[in-house]
Order: sequence, then C-alpha cells, then structure tokens
Amino acid sequence: MSANLIALGTVTRREVARILRIWTQTLLPSAITMTLYFVIFGTMVGSRIGEMAPGVGYIDYIVPGLIMMAVITNCYGNISSSFFGAKFGHYVEEMLASPMPGWVILSGYVAGAVLRGVMVSIIVLIISLFFTDIHLHHPLITLVTVLLTAVVFSLAGFVNAVFARKFDDIALVPTFVLAPLTYLGGVFYSVNALGTPWREISYANPVLYMVNAFRYGLLDLTDVSLSVAFAVMAGLAVVLAAVSLYILERGIGLRA
Amino acid sequence: MMNVPALDVIELKKTYANGVEALKGISLTVAQGDFFALLGPNGAGKSTLIGILSSLVNASSGDARIFGVSIRSQRSTAMRLIGLVPQELNFNQFEKPFDICVNQAGFYGIPRAEAARRAEKYLKQLVLWDKAHDSARALSGGMKRRLMIARAMMSEPRLLILDEPTAGVDIEIRRSMWKFISAINAAGTTVILTTHYLEEAEQLCRNIAIIDHGRIIENTSMRRLLAKLDVETFVLDLADPVGALPELPSVQLRCIDELTLEAEMARGHDLNSLFAALSAAGITVRSMRNKANRLEELFVRLIERDEAAA
Ligand SMILES: Nc1ncnc2c1ncn2[C@@H]1O[C@H](COP(=O)(O)OP(=O)(O)OP(=O)(O)O)[C@@H](O)[C@H]1O
Ligand SMILES: [Mg+2]
Repeated sequence: MSANLIALGTVTRREVARILRIWTQTLLPSAITMTLYFVIFGTMVGSRIGEMAPGVGYIDYIVPGLIMMAVITNCYGNISSSFFGAKFGHYVEEMLASPMPGWVILSGYVAGAVLRGVMVSIIVLIISLFFTDIHLHHPLITLVTVLLTAVVFSLAGFVNAVFARKFDDIALVPTFVLAPLTYLGGVFYSVNALGTPWREISYANPVLYMVNAFRYGLLDLTDVSLSVAFAVMAGLAVVLAAVSLYILERGIGLRA
Repeated sequence: MMNVPALDVIELKKTYANGVEALKGISLTVAQGDFFALLGPNGAGKSTLIGILSSLVNASSGDARIFGVSIRSQRSTAMRLIGLVPQELNFNQFEKPFDICVNQAGFYGIPRAEAARRAEKYLKQLVLWDKAHDSARALSGGMKRRLMIARAMMSEPRLLILDEPTAGVDIEIRRSMWKFISAINAAGTTVILTTHYLEEAEQLCRNIAIIDHGRIIENTSMRRLLAKLDVETFVLDLADPVGALPELPSVQLRCIDELTLEAEMARGHDLNSLFAALSAAGITVRSMRNKANRLEELFVRLIERDEAAA
C-alpha cells in the first residue's frame, strides 16, 4: 500500500475513533432532537397541516429536510471542533511535521466528518421509520446528495477551524449562519408557498438545493431543477476544496 | 552519498508576523553521524530554527537540506528523514501512548502491524510500556517527555532533533535519556540536541553551535571550544575567618564570604605557589573545588561578548 494511502487511513481511523469515543456528543444529540422534531412537527402539528402532495403527509415531507439538517450540522461540527481541537492542543503539529501532503490531511478529516454525517443520517432514517413509511424513490440521487452535502459542509467547517482562534469562533457560524440557512432552506415548507421576494431570495440559499435534491431522491418531489442542484453542490465542493488545499499548502493559520 | 551532510542550513532568516526577527541569517552544517549541540540563551532562536527544519514554521528566506533534500522544494521527502522531539508537549492528551505512537507511524506511511511492533519496542525502551494503554494525560511530566522521544523514533529517522528533551526531568531519568540517545547515535542516527544544561552538552556532544539574537556566534567542536577556556576558577573553603588576602602576581583572589575564597588563574598554572602564599598568610584551606561548569563559564563569556558587541 502506498504511504499516502496508509496515512489517509490513519487520519480517518483516528477521526472515527474520536466520533465513537465521544458518541454522546457526536451521535446522540441528533437522535434526540430529530425524535423531538418528528413528534412535534410530524405527529402534533403535521396532522393539522394535511398532505403536502398527493399521498405525501407533512411528516413524510419534512423527513428529507431533517436528515439534511442533521448531516449539515454534524459534518460541520465534527471537522470544526476536531481540527480546531488539534490546533488548540498543538497536536496538529504531528501531522504538519510529517511527510503527509495537505490533501491527505484534508481528505482524512473530511472522510471522518462525512462518515459521521452518514452515521447520523442512518440513525435519523431509522428513527423516521417509527413515524413514517417513506420508501426510497431514487437511491443513487439520494446517496450522491448526502455525500456532496456532507463534503461541502465538512470543507466549510475545516476552513472555519483554520481561521478560528478560540472555541467561540467555531460556535458562532453554526448559530448565526448554518441555522438560518437550513431553517430557511425549505426543510419545513415548499418555497413555492412563499411570495415574492422571499421565494426569489430563497434561491440564493445553497441549502435549498441540497434539501430539494434529497427530497427528490426520497419522495420524488422537488422545487428546483436537479441539474442546477447538482451544479450548485459540486461547484461549492470544488471551490471549498481548492480554498482548503491552498490554506494547507501555504500553512495559513497553521504554520507560524 | 556519504559526504552529504545530515543537515545543511543555508542563510535561513525568519521574521515573525509580529515583526520579531528571530533568525538573522543562519548557516550551519551538521555531518552525518554527528551528535550536535545547539545552544543559546532563552529567545535566541533555537526553537525557531528547529521549527523551520521540521516544517512547522515557514522560513522568511533561505533553505535547509536534510541529507541533501531541500525542505523548501521537497518537503515531504525531507520530513521522512527527520524525527522531532519538540520543546512543548504536542500530543493529544486524551489519546493513549500506544495509539499516539501507532498513529504517528501511520502519518509516515508505515503499515499498522509494523507500527504496533515499533510502538512496543520504543515504549519499552523508554520505560513507558506499562502506561501504554492509559490516557496520556495521566503521565507525569518526565513520562510525557519520554513519550515524545518514543513517538519521534516511530519513523526511525536518520536525523533526530531534540528541543530541550531533558527540561524539568529528574537526574535519574535524564541519565536514562542520555543513554538512550547515545545508543541511537552510536547506531548511526545523527542527533541535534538543544539544552540549557551545559554539562549535558559537554558530556554528549561532539560539535556545537551557539546561537544568540538569531545569529551563530560560535560553531566548532566541543574539544576546541573547551580548549579556548584559558582561565580556571577554584573555590576554597577556609578553616577560619579570613583577614587580609595575600597578593599574588598571577592569581586573582576574591573574598566571597568570610569562610570562602575564589582563586582565578590561568589554566595549567601551578597550585603550589597559591597554597604557599595562603599558608604564609596564615590561611588554612579545608577543601577546594572547581567552580561551576567549565562550559558554562565559557558560554556566559561568549554571550556577554555578543551583548557588548550589539
Ligand atoms: N510564534 C511566534 N510569534 C512571534 N514571535 C515568536 C514566535 N515564536 C518565537 N518568537 C520569538 O522569536 C524569538 C526566538 O524564539 P525561540 O523560541 O526560537 O527561542 P529559543 O532559542 O528556542 O528560546 P528558549 O531557550 O527559551 O526555548 C523570541 O524573541 C520569541 O519571542
Ligand atoms: Mg526553544
């Protein structure tokens, strides 16, 4: 096996070990919040809203958005706190002084975060089966959407961690940026229900494309064109990966 | 290839973002197999130089070659040759020593089975094996330093750089570290060591560089450096309180307190004339010892000279 592959496996394995070691902070919270969402919005509120489309109840409608929400917060949170922790505890130096090229370090951290995103989505999906009886319409689209979204927000979390100087700096973005973007990204409603200009403004929100592509995969329902959705996700992933690699190559925020 | 130096530093300069000029142009060569001491007062720039060599600090200009491999243009290849024991603790305190070592090897592309074998070997050699599966946080300060040595050995580097590995370590463990590092060196690894314990450098190292204010003010062999030391000072403990001191042409006598004298004289000067003069003055000497460490004296003088020149 090549040295870089072994190194990549080492970084990824360490990340997964961390996720499992502190599972009460990494896997449990989403299980609890999502169960609450299902109970409150799905069962109590949803029963009064009625069907969102023929044969699609409100609870079915919000399942894809809730899974996306969990993926976004978990991927972002995983990489930002793990990488910032490595910086804060100085053990990022173990990697920076090693022969590992920047892309190996980045890929290892992203793989760890994406795996947490996948673990959490499986947990949320399993919980959702207690409340709904959705079945996968387009498995491949569902999978690609989850992975792309996970990669995009992992990379964003990485950039955040590099520039963060204190723990507050990695807590601010989820509260002030990610939460509004996801709540306004059509998790709980269809943007078609919005009037001008809110509907047009919503189209500037990348989360809208992720939620809708995922909803298409699960329910065969979408407010946006799929090709536009995939272009937005892939475009963001490429741009963020380029920024992250540039940061690692130059050592910005990492090497004095 | 035998003639390629283990380390070749070429006009390295470093100015930190806050404007501190930590290195003002350093050039240095360390031969293969050498045991090299990098000395200098606090803030001289030793850790900055080591940081650049291990690619943790970006140089402002200049380059360094590790066995001929440039750290600038072939960083990865160069890093494969270096093992680093940093001055500050930099492992994850929540991980176990065994995992810290195995992961370190993984970063260098060493397969897991081999990594586990080496982790056991080096943790045992550094007397940490019984702590291998405890949280690293639970190790004592001296154990943490040894853990960083074990970790640096995981890639079995050709050049081992240790930045104050014995700081705050008790004398027994310091001795065991010396033994370990000397054995590594004897087996062919080039070693660069920084320390503030000068007797440690004197005992272990063959060649030496002294850095002060980001410049090299001395770079020579330990033997030649010590030969430069032309003055010796003895401390004399007296039997009775001393009155007037005798005058001697080539010995400088100083009263430290009423029962202690210091005698400074040229190296090789005979002691008989000193004792004759002391006896004549009615002074009885109870015991005598060489003052402090020889290297220490020289070091202080070199730094003072550098200070005066600045
Ligand atoms: N990250 C940094 N940012 C700004 N200045 C720094 C940084 N690291 C070191 N310095 C400054 O650079 C100079 C050299 O520091 P360095 O740590 O290299 O000294 P040293 O010789 O290792 O000292 P010591 O024996 O105390 O470890 C000092 O003036 C120090 O304050
Ligand atoms: Mg230092």
